[in-house]
Amino acid sequence: MESRALADTAPQDRSKRKRKLPTELSIFLVLVGIALVYEVLGWIFVHQSFLLNSQRLTIMVLQVSVIGIIAVGVTQVIITGGIDLSSGSVVGMTAMIAAGFAQSSTWTRAMYPTLTDLPAIIPIATGVLIGLAAGLVNGWLIAFTKIPPFIATLGMMVSARGVAKWYTKGQPVSGLTDQFNFIGSGAWPVLVFLTVAFVFHIALRYTRYGKFTYAIGANPQAARVSGINIEAHLIKVYAVAGALAGLAGIVTAARAQTAQSGMGVMYELDAIAAAVIGGTSLAGGVGRITGTVIGTIILGVMTSGFTFLRVDAYYQEIIKGAIIVAAVVADVYRQKRKKV
Amino acid sequence: MSSISPSTMAAVRRSGAVPNAEYLLAVEGIRKEFPGVVALDDVLFRLRRGTVHALMGENGAGKSTLMKILAGIYTPDQGEVALRGVPIRLLSPLDALENGIAMIHQELNLMPFMTVAENIWIRREPTNRFGFVDHKEMHRMTSELFERLKIDLDPEVEVRHLSVASRQMVEIAKAVSYESDVLIMDEPTSALTETEVGHLFAIIRDLRAHGIGIVYITHKMSELFEIADEFSVFRDGKYIGTHAAADVTRDDIIRMMVGREITQMFPKEEVPIGEVALSVKNLSLKGVFEDVSFDIRAGEILGVAGLVGSGRSNVAETVFGVTPATSGTIQLYGKQVDVSTPTVAIKNHMAFLTEDRKDTGCLLILDILQNMQVAVLHDRFVKGGFVQERAIEVACEEMAKRLRVKTPSLFERIENLSGGNQQKVLIGRWLLTNPRILILDEPTRGIDVGAKAEIHRIVTEFAKAGVAVLMISSEMPEVLGMSDRIMVMHEGKVTGFLDRSEATQVKVMELASR
Repeated sequence: MESRALADTAPQDRSKRKRKLPTELSIFLVLVGIALVYEVLGWIFVHQSFLLNSQRLTIMVLQVSVIGIIAVGVTQVIITGGIDLSSGSVVGMTAMIAAGFAQSSTWTRAMYPTLTDLPAIIPIATGVLIGLAAGLVNGWLIAFTKIPPFIATLGMMVSARGVAKWYTKGQPVSGLTDQFNFIGSGAWPVLVFLTVAFVFHIALRYTRYGKFTYAIGANPQAARVSGINIEAHLIKVYAVAGALAGLAGIVTAARAQTAQSGMGVMYELDAIAAAVIGGTSLAGGVGRITGTVIGTIILGVMTSGFTFLRVDAYYQEIIKGAIIVAAVVADVYRQKRKKV
Repeated sequence: MSSISPSTMAAVRRSGAVPNAEYLLAVEGIRKEFPGVVALDDVLFRLRRGTVHALMGENGAGKSTLMKILAGIYTPDQGEVALRGVPIRLLSPLDALENGIAMIHQELNLMPFMTVAENIWIRREPTNRFGFVDHKEMHRMTSELFERLKIDLDPEVEVRHLSVASRQMVEIAKAVSYESDVLIMDEPTSALTETEVGHLFAIIRDLRAHGIGIVYITHKMSELFEIADEFSVFRDGKYIGTHAAADVTRDDIIRMMVGREITQMFPKEEVPIGEVALSVKNLSLKGVFEDVSFDIRAGEILGVAGLVGSGRSNVAETVFGVTPATSGTIQLYGKQVDVSTPTVAIKNHMAFLTEDRKDTGCLLILDILQNMQVAVLHDRFVKGGFVQERAIEVACEEMAKRLRVKTPSLFERIENLSGGNQQKVLIGRWLLTNPRILILDEPTRGIDVGAKAEIHRIVTEFAKAGVAVLMISSEMPEVLGMSDRIMVMHEGKVTGFLDRSEATQVKVMELASR
């Protein structure tokens, strides 16, 4: 298995690096494939084009951008070898709490009558910070009590949902300011999603934070001996994931122009699915934001396509589950082939 | 394909009408390719009944691939496998097992929460007339088997409670229980103490006397002469030759393996010894080792000898902050430092090459570049959190060249490299940090002769540059050849220091085992 010495191959390095691309390329091809299938089915069954409809595509991306924002955080958690089940509940919790600080004075049943018409930055910051706090708790539990991430975030999932319900005893929070609702309007959610994705794509690929994240996922013991403070780093990663879930909560409330305690139910699973479809390995050490973005869009295309083909909502879920599993099976096979 | 199907062969074997051939197992003209690499090319291998046949070759020579073909894990692209003279095509490890070929893997494949007996008879449990497992019968069968092999183990104990050596015995018993004619052993002694090795060899000799053929892979030359009857040498996927162990010397074999002379195994050079770099006083880790004190000066190599389990590696881990000491002090260049984590150690210019490449060294699924840069990123090649990609790449490329890492590029996953090359990458990881104190735990374990000599050369080079080196090694020639002084440990205590001039194998062993 020995190959040539390094010396005579230096000029090839650039092209070798490019070899990594196909992972994303193959996911992208899956996306194109699914879209084309809908296109063909569309002409056959509903006599119109699936893709040549910019309004449909916009709505589709809008619908998944919240999932996308969460998935960017969850991807990083999964790369460390962990999992975050709490993000959906954190969306609900932060939506409620942030909305409480975003009510307009014209609304007669404001939660805090003295705190109405606040600049939008206050509820936004509140939401992000509360998400961050939830993430810190997750990270701290995992790093210091050594309980499995699955359990720690499962606890947070239940508790955060509880907070969301307790906060208004189940009542929705409405009458939000136009300024707050603005970030949920038009293409803003998409913009937030893409910005977040871009920032963390750069962070994962080009910063020490990113390199250490991969190292921990690949082999925590080796990472520790290499001087990485694993506890501190894990807390950071879970805090980032929490903060992003918080941001997603704000966008959700702003889009709906109201907050309800049931917001974000099952979002964590969609986000995990997006990351995994995008090539992130649940075993840790592998995954990229670009893949997650494509995975998120695949989820969107799937849902949008079902609606387009007027598939019954019950069938939609059944098929969606099968497609997610199929994507992972395909990935496992790809990994196996690469190894032998 | 003229080969008969494995199931036919297995049926023939069960009937007792086994063809009598000169060779138990013979392969000829074997070729195996993996994407981009020819792992084996026109390889010949023949195993006689009642012999121990060693496979020799540097890492990456193709030994493991050949072994996996014999065990049915890989199927060859070309060539013929003949079992007792009958051509056969093995399609899976189970196929091989049912045809009398058993393999004992380097990583033991036992289920920790099942008993010894359950592990041995898995898939073949004796059942009573209701179809339930007959535990009494299983116990009896196991005891019988152990008696035959002179293994002293309780069949009812769960495997997780056993030592590595005992697990190895269970694996061997399991292989024998299949009435195997061919036993493949991959580095069976790498984790065993000397007495355990003795026991293992006794069992091997006994099996050999019963006509079983044993394929034995080892990097330890001394074992070769002690146990092997014949050996075959491979180099770069090609078959070099087969010889009787009695006919050749150690140097002949090395020459065949590397295809060149290795004149200087231990390129020890006299180096000016400087000030005290690392001073450890009364260091203890409760229940593991106690009262360990030593000094290492700049440019000095302190060898640490002792049996497995003597606490050598634990001392290294504690000095580096992996398992902080329960008492005692560590001084670095005269300054007392509380080394509570590896991060502190690295900040103080220490480096630690761990014993277990796979568990605590390699980031297996990541590439060479990511593996090499991980330790240095704490204080160099980072600006405002951003890694200076170009600069670190150049530095790693230079380091890889200097350490002669064999790879097509830095973007190759480290798991695709041979053990020796992985080790070089890990050494590179630490050398990039410009350490002043280098701790090496078994730096050449499981590494072929060529890479070994290179690693020794690198260590010497660093000592020459004024680095203080603490080197733990189980290989006596390495300790004696490389060290300026030798510290010997036994059961968690330092039993003595020997100067280079006075140290001999006998003296070290006396201190290590008293």
